Amino acid sequence: MTYGAWIILTGVLVGVTCGITGALLVLRKMAMIADAISHTVLLGIVLAFLVTQSLNGLPMLIGAGAVGILTAILVQWLDSSGVQSGAAIGVVFTSLFALGVVMLSFIGDGVHLDVEHALMGEIAYVPWDTWTYAGINLGPKAVWMLGGVFILNLTIILLFFKEFKVSTFDPQLAASLGIPILFLHYLLMGMVSFSTVASFDSVGAILVVAMLIVPGATAYLLTDHFGWMIALSAIIGALASIIGYGFAVWLDVSIAGSMAVSCGLLFTLAFFLSPKHGVVSKWWKRKSFRKSMATS
Amino acid sequence: MQELIELLQNPNARWVLIGSILLGFASGLIGSFVLLKKQSLIGDAMAHAALPGICIAYLIYGVKSTPLFLLGAAVSGLIATYLIQAIVNHSRIKTDASIGVVLSVSFGIGIVLLTYITRHSGGNQAGLDDFIFGQAAAMVRSDVQMIAVGSLLIILLTSLLFKEFKISTFDPQYAKGLGLPVKGLNAILMVLVISMVVIGIQMVGVVLMVALLITPPLAARYWTDRLEWMGFISGLIGAVSGLIGTAISTMGDGLPTGPLIVLTASSIFILSLLFGLRKGLLIKVVQRI
Repeated sequence: MTYGAWIILTGVLVGVTCGITGALLVLRKMAMIADAISHTVLLGIVLAFLVTQSLNGLPMLIGAGAVGILTAILVQWLDSSGVQSGAAIGVVFTSLFALGVVMLSFIGDGVHLDVEHALMGEIAYVPWDTWTYAGINLGPKAVWMLGGVFILNLTIILLFFKEFKVSTFDPQLAASLGIPILFLHYLLMGMVSFSTVASFDSVGAILVVAMLIVPGATAYLLTDHFGWMIALSAIIGALASIIGYGFAVWLDVSIAGSMAVSCGLLFTLAFFLSPKHGVVSKWWKRKSFRKSMATS
Repeated sequence: MQELIELLQNPNARWVLIGSILLGFASGLIGSFVLLKKQSLIGDAMAHAALPGICIAYLIYGVKSTPLFLLGAAVSGLIATYLIQAIVNHSRIKTDASIGVVLSVSFGIGIVLLTYITRHSGGNQAGLDDFIFGQAAAMVRSDVQMIAVGSLLIILLTSLLFKEFKISTFDPQYAKGLGLPVKGLNAILMVLVISMVVIGIQMVGVVLMVALLITPPLAARYWTDRLEWMGFISGLIGAVSGLIGTAISTMGDGLPTGPLIVLTASSIFILSLLFGLRKGLLIKVVQRI
């Protein structure tokens, strides 16, 4: 495969992995907790690096998962002890993220891990960082990691599809049916952490938020059906990656940044033109309703 | 210690430290109202949205000029606040997702513009990436003076209007009954918050600026129930965080200022959470026994 094709494949995988997870986050009104986790995951990665002295996939996943769930627990705990939820999210994520950044600046320059990389990612280097097994070149590591996390997230969603659906729309009913709501909550937080750490190399800690939240919010404007919304969110994420890559090559700018901007463009389109929930169509419906009232 | 004395003898560093103290106090004070109005995360979006504003100001005028950067940041911060509200009002998207969309997309635009500037208009000389995490060491005298004067103005205005802000935040109906212009006061408060964010980003950076608005008042909450005291204590906590964080950052080379200030504030928050006289964990345990 060519260089460009690998980048597009990586971007599409980021879009799909974050898209399916993000749809659930938007529906469950947890977008900003996801924002917090995607920041604090940096601390997990730095800790994993300090322990193992390498940037291997598995320790990074474990570190990120642990810190991600810690973030969710801390926010929950502060929330229940009387701190309003927005402020609880804010204080937890800024503290852990600041800690991550300061520790990162203590790590030497020789390492492929620095502040800029952590923020914006470097998808342009992804195709060169390949995985070789028994002398055979198996392609970029990031693609393997993203593919793995995608399959994991997809399996979890398919496995608990009904449980997620019920507990999202009717938590009381879910509780009375004996669905483990708390378990699902932390499972989702774990999925967010994994998606973030897998996308981290390519799009960085902050722009992964765009890939998590914006496609989900866009899909929410386009459909009322739970299953469709998850699928649509994945498609929008993938589409945004491809458009973003095109923009980035054309203008010679950050690929991750323009992926986020394309997410914003697709969201804007849906915001105005969505057949059912768009601003324009709602205006049109109101206008024709008024007209029919006037003539009758 | 030796380093600290040397630092205090350097007139430039003295200015930076004074600036950071005033900045911390102002943001702690105004942050109390942000917290009361439950707008912490909107502050976060405002700060992130400042980045594209700064870049566009640079692209239009082609010079590194702090006043122009601040103007750009203020305009894009205002637009972001408006967009968050507009998305909630005109679609089925809820507030948290709306904040997330605006925050992440505007930061994406900022990164795109930043890379465009670095690759197309001659290297890194603009020093724009210092705005991401803040770099006290990169500031010149006039920048620091602007921070100091701006913070002083914010402290002054907030103190003068404290009573009015308090009534219109706690009980808007009652405030209206008293004949207070509640909408006008809200608008002034919003402008003050945006100015605070804009002044602060040079030192603290767009990513973590919101911590300076949230963490000090949250910590102050564990020491008092009265808003007047909360504003004052929160200001003090902000000032101490600004001082310690900036001092450490200017002593060690290359350490970003923002994260250090935030870590100091977070440590004070944890101490307050444990030992605070109102609702602190220790007090709660003692009372139970």
